[in-house]
Amino acid sequence: MSKKQPIFECRDLKIEARPWDAPPIPIVKGVSFDVNPGEVVALIGESGSGKTTISLASLGYTKPGLHFSGGEALLLGKDMITIDAEEKRLRRGEHVAYLAQSAAATFNPALKIGEQVTESAVLHGEMSQEAANIRAEELYNALELPDPDRIGGRYPHQVSGGQLQRLMAAMALVEKPSLLVLDEPTTALDVTTQIEVLKAFKKVIEEEGSAAIYVTHDLAVVAQIADHIVVLYSGEVMEQGPVEEIINRPKHAYTKRLMAAVRPSPEAGQGIATSKEHMRDVPALQVKNVSAGYGRGANGQPAVKVLRDINVSVERGHVVGVIGESGCGKSTLARVMAGLLPASEGEVLLDGNVLKPALQDRARDELQLVQFVFQMADTALNPRQTIGDIIGRPLTFYQGITGRERREKVLDIMRMVELPPEFEGRQPAELSGGQKQRVNLARGLAANPEVLLCDEVTSALDTIVGANVIKLLERLRKETGVSFVFISHDLSTVSSFADEIVVLYAGRVVEQGPVDEVLSPPFHPYTRLLITSVPEMRVGWLEDTMETREAAAGIAGAVEITEVGCPFFNRCPLKIDGVCDTQAPPIRQHAKGHQIACHHDLDEIEESEHQPQKVLTGYERALVDEEAAKVTKA
Amino acid sequence: MWQMVLRRILIGLVLIWVVSVFIFILTQVLPGDAAQIRLGQQATPESLAALRKELGLDRSLPVQYFSWIGNLLIGNLGISAAGGATIESLIGNRIGNTVFMTAIVTLISVPLSVVLGLIAAMFPGRLIDRVITSGTLGLIAVPDFFVAIFLILFLAVQLGWVPAVSYLSGSEGFWKSVYVLALPIGTLVIVVSAQMIRMTRAGILNVMGSPYIEMAILKGVPRKRIILRHALLNAIGPIVNVIALNLAYLVSGVVVIETIFAYPGLAKLMVDGVQTRDIPLVQACGMIFCTTYVVLILIADIASIVSNPRLRHPK
Amino acid sequence: MTDTTNTSPDVDSSIYDELPDAPPKTRLRLSWVGKISVAVVAFWVFIAIVGPYIAPYHEAFFIEDDLAGNPIDDPSFMLPSSQAWLGTDYLGRDILSRIMWGARTTIGISFIATLLAYSIGITMGIAAAVAGGWTDAALSRMVDAVLSFPNIMLGLIVIAAFGSSIPMLILLAGVIYAASVFRIARALGQDIMVQDYVEAARARGEGLWWIISKEVLPNAAMPLATDFGLRLVFVILFISTLSFLGLGVQPPISDWGSMVRANLQGLGNGLGGGALAPLAPALAIASLTIAINLIVDDISAQAGGSLAGKMS
Repeated sequence: MSKKQPIFECRDLKIEARPWDAPPIPIVKGVSFDVNPGEVVALIGESGSGKTTISLASLGYTKPGLHFSGGEALLLGKDMITIDAEEKRLRRGEHVAYLAQSAAATFNPALKIGEQVTESAVLHGEMSQEAANIRAEELYNALELPDPDRIGGRYPHQVSGGQLQRLMAAMALVEKPSLLVLDEPTTALDVTTQIEVLKAFKKVIEEEGSAAIYVTHDLAVVAQIADHIVVLYSGEVMEQGPVEEIINRPKHAYTKRLMAAVRPSPEAGQGIATSKEHMRDVPALQVKNVSAGYGRGANGQPAVKVLRDINVSVERGHVVGVIGESGCGKSTLARVMAGLLPASEGEVLLDGNVLKPALQDRARDELQLVQFVFQMADTALNPRQTIGDIIGRPLTFYQGITGRERREKVLDIMRMVELPPEFEGRQPAELSGGQKQRVNLARGLAANPEVLLCDEVTSALDTIVGANVIKLLERLRKETGVSFVFISHDLSTVSSFADEIVVLYAGRVVEQGPVDEVLSPPFHPYTRLLITSVPEMRVGWLEDTMETREAAAGIAGAVEITEVGCPFFNRCPLKIDGVCDTQAPPIRQHAKGHQIACHHDLDEIEESEHQPQKVLTGYERALVDEEAAKVTKA
Repeated sequence: MWQMVLRRILIGLVLIWVVSVFIFILTQVLPGDAAQIRLGQQATPESLAALRKELGLDRSLPVQYFSWIGNLLIGNLGISAAGGATIESLIGNRIGNTVFMTAIVTLISVPLSVVLGLIAAMFPGRLIDRVITSGTLGLIAVPDFFVAIFLILFLAVQLGWVPAVSYLSGSEGFWKSVYVLALPIGTLVIVVSAQMIRMTRAGILNVMGSPYIEMAILKGVPRKRIILRHALLNAIGPIVNVIALNLAYLVSGVVVIETIFAYPGLAKLMVDGVQTRDIPLVQACGMIFCTTYVVLILIADIASIVSNPRLRHPK
Repeated sequence: MTDTTNTSPDVDSSIYDELPDAPPKTRLRLSWVGKISVAVVAFWVFIAIVGPYIAPYHEAFFIEDDLAGNPIDDPSFMLPSSQAWLGTDYLGRDILSRIMWGARTTIGISFIATLLAYSIGITMGIAAAVAGGWTDAALSRMVDAVLSFPNIMLGLIVIAAFGSSIPMLILLAGVIYAASVFRIARALGQDIMVQDYVEAARARGEGLWWIISKEVLPNAAMPLATDFGLRLVFVILFISTLSFLGLGVQPPISDWGSMVRANLQGLGNGLGGGALAPLAPALAIASLTIAINLIVDDISAQAGGSLAGKMS
C-alpha cells in the first residue's frame, strides 16, 4: 500500500456515557486505527463492544446520552469532534456518509424517496436539483433497482424492503463521499438476500473508489468485504490487521475465541453421531398431514394458509432441525406442535396417541410432555417474577412440588443449565442475554418434558454466547434423553447439532432426512441454495458463489406462498415451465428416511450438480430447455 | 382512505344519536314523573293528569323520544320550564355570544400554541423549553377558575386595565367587544393553549426521536429544515388532532368562564338551567354542546387519517 | 467436528464469555422538586385526616365577637388577625378553619371517587383485554358512549336531573372517570396479553385467574399507579369545578371549590380587602394538584435523553 494520507484516522478515541444520576461510564476506551483510500476496514465485535459508537465518531456524532471525552477522529485531516457545528454539517453527507441497519426506519415516511436521496447534495450546494436527480438515477441503475426513472417519485412504503436497503446506499453515495460508514447493513436480512446486498455494496464501493468502515459481528461477512479488521471488545481494540492474517492466524485470545465460536459451513459428517440409546418403538412426537394458518376463511379453512400437508416425526432423544428462510412457516410448525395454533387439518401424535389440536383441550400431562421455548428470552420471562419462581412454576403446576423440595429442584435445574444459585432471587432484568436464555430453557426443562420445541433460541444472541447455549443443549440432550425440535434460519448451527433436518419452503417440506443425507447430494434445489448462501470464512467466497447459477436464480426471488405447483418455482434453476408451476412435486425417496419433493428424479438432480457451476451461457440455457422439454413430454 | 373517512363520519352520526338517547334517558326517564316534580306532593290527580297530557308524558317512551328528537331537528326546542318562554328565543339571544368568544379564543390560541410548542421542541432542555414546559404543567394542573380569579384580581382589580364583568349590550363595535371580553378570552386562551403547547411539543419530540431524523442529521441537513420539513410533516397529523381535541375542551372551559364573568352565553344559560332544574332547557343546551364536541372529535380523527402518508399514497 | 470448533488450548474460556449487559437495578430517585411535592401532598393528606380536630373553629361557626368579647360590626371579609389567621369569609367564618375542614371534603370525595373509577375501570378494562371478542366490543362501545360527552356536560345534565349530593358526586365522578381508566387498563392489558411470557403461561396450561393475577396485573401495576395520580388530579378539578358552579357540595359543608365561588365578591376589594377569601382555597386546590402532577412528571421523566438535543 502506498504511503498516502489516510481518509480517516481514529486517534486514542474515548467516548463515555453520562447518566444524570451516576458518574460517567467509559464506553470507548482509547481506540486507534486508520482507514486508507480505497480500503474497507471492518469493526468487528459483539454487542457492547462499542463498534457502532466508534463508527459514528467519523461523522462527529454520538448517540443521545454519549459524549466524546478524548482523542481525535480525523476525517481528511480535520478532527470531526472539534470542528464547529456548521462545518460538521457540511462535511456530513459530502465527505462521509452513513448507512444504517434498517432502511425501513431510516427513510422518512412523509417524503418522496427522490427528495431524500438528493436533498443532502442540493443543500450542500454540491449540485443543482436536476444534476442530483441525474446522479441519483445513475445510482439506481448501478444498484439494479427497478424503474430507475420513476422510483424517486415514490414514497418509502411503496417499495420493498430489499429495494429500500439499496436506495439507502444510493442516498449515501449521491455526493461521492470519501468515506462510507456501513452499520450492520445485512444483519436483518435472510442469507440469500444478504448475498445480493453484499454484492451490490462491494461493487459500488469498488466502482466509486470510496473507503469504508464496515461494522458487523459476523466474521464470515467480514471475510468477503473487508481489507483490514479491527477486533473490538468492551470498547478496546484487541487486535487489528489485514483480513487474511486475522482470519487465518489470529493472535489475541479473544479473536481466537470468536473464531472458535463460528460454526463451520454446513457439510455432511460434522454432526454428532446419532444416538440410539433413548429410542423407542414410536416417535416421541409426530405430525401427520398437517395444514395450518391464521385467520378464519371459508368452510373451516384458515384465511392465510401457512403450512400445507406437513409430515414430520421426532424420535425420542433426537434433535430435529427445522430450517428455512423467514416466512417459510418454521415457527408456525412449532406452534402447531405445542397447540398454540390448532391445525386446520391433519393430526399431532404424542407417543403414538393423537393430541387434540387446541391447547385448551389437551390434558395437563400432555401439555407437560411438550414444552415450548420462545425465541426472545427478554419477552418470554415475566419481568416481575424471580428466576426461582419462573423455573419453579412448572414444578408446582405439573408435579405439585412445593416448599423446600421445589427450592432444591430449582437449584438442581439451575446447576444443570450452568446458572449460579444466587440468581434464584433475582429478576430477569438483572441477567445478561445469555443468562436469560438459560432461564428460558430451564423453565422448559423443569416441566420434565419429552419434547422441547426451541424456536430460534440462539438467533438473538452474540456468537460466543450462542455457541455456549448450543453446547449446553448438546449436553442436555445426552444427559436427559429429551427430544428437541430446533428451529433456526442458520443452517450451520442446525447441521452441527441435529440428527435430522427438515427443510421448509413456503409452508411445505421440500426435503427431509438424516443430517448427513440432507447435506450430501442429491440436494433439493432449495437446500442447495441455502447451503451455497451460507457465507464461508474465506476470502473470495462471495465472488465464487455469485458465479453459481443457484445464486443467480435464487437471490433475486422472495418466499411466496403459492396455491398450485412447486412453491420454489420462481427461484429454481432447474424449473420446468408448464410442469413445476402447475403440479405439486412428487415426493421421491432417496436413502432411508431421506425424501426430496421435486419433479426431477434424483439422478437428474444429482447430475445437474456435477455440471460446472456457472451462470449459463445462451447455449447452455438452450440445452437445459431442451432437456426440460423432454421431461415435459415424458 | 375515503372509505375510512366515511366510516368515521358514520360512527360520528351514531355517537350523536347515542348521546341524544343518553340525554333523553338521563333527564326524562330516570328522574321520575316530571309532572309530579313540577307540581309537588300536594297536586290533585286531575291536575297531574292534565299536566302530563300537556307535556306529552302519557305517551309511550319511544313516542316521547321521537317527538322530542323530531322537534329538535326542525329547531323546535320546546318551552322553558322556568319562564315559559320558548327555548329557541332564549338560546337565540345567547348562542351568538358564545360563538363570538370561542372563535376569538381559537384564532389566538391555535397559532400561539403551535409556535410555542415548536419553540419548546426546538430547544429541548434549554431555558426557554423549561419555562414553557413547567409553566404549562402548572396551568394544566389548576382549575380554570383559578386562572380566572388571578387575572381578575391583578388585571381588573389591582391594575384596573380591563373590566371584571363581561357584559355586552349588543351595541358595541368589534374592538370594544374584544376589550370588554379581554379577561374571559385571556383565561380561555391560557387554559386551552397550555394543553395544546404540551401536546404539540410532545408530538414533535416524538417524531424527533425517530431514526429518519437521526439519518437527516447524519446527512448534514440543517436544523431548520429537519424541524420544518422532516419532523413537522410527520407531526402535522398529531398536531391537527391535538387542536381539534382541545377545541373540544373549550366546550367545557366555556362553562366555568361564562359563569365567573357573568357572560350571557349559552353555557351560562345552561348552568342557570341546571340550578333551576329547567329540564327542557338543559336538554337543548346539552344536545348543542355534546354534538359540537362529537363533531370536533370526529374532525380530529379524520385529520389523523388524512395526514397519514401511507393512507394518502396507497401502493 | 472440524478443528475450528475446538477451542485452542491457550485460550482461557472463562474470559470473554459474555459481556455483562445487565443494568444495575434502577431505584426511584425524586428530584428536589419531586421531594417538595411529596411533602406538599403529605401535608394536605395529614390536614384532611386531622383538620377538623385541630382547626380553631367549627366550619359553620360565625365569628361575631372579637377576642376581648366585644361584638364586631361587620365580621365579613376581615383581614388576617390573631383571631382568624387567614381572615374571615363573606359570612364572617374563619377561612383557615374552613380550609382545614374542606380538605377532608374535597380530598375525601375525590379520593373515593377515583378509587371507585379505578375499581370499575380496571375490572372492566382487564376483563375486556383478556376476554376479547364480544365482551370487549360491548364494553368498549359502552365506554365510547360515555366518552362522547364532555365530562362537565355529563355532570351538568345528571345534576339537573337528580340534584346534587355527596354520594351523587362520588358516583358521577366515579362513573365518568371509570371510562378513561377502562381505556388505559384495556390498552395495557392488551399489550401484556400478547407478550411471550403470557403465551408461555398459556402454553403451560395455566388458568385464566393465574394469568390475570400473576402475569398481567403485576406488570400493569406501575403504569396504573402513575395514572392514578393524574386521574386523581382530574377528579379534584372536576369536583371543584362543579362546586364552583354551585352544583357540587352544598352549604354549610365547606369545600374548596364552593368556598372560591361563595367569596368571589371579595375579589373586588383587592388584595387589601377580602381577596384572600377566594384566593386561599383556590391556592389550596392548586398546590395539591400541581404537587401531584409534579410527582407523576418526575417519575415518568426518568427516561433517557432525547435525540433532538443532539442537533447542532
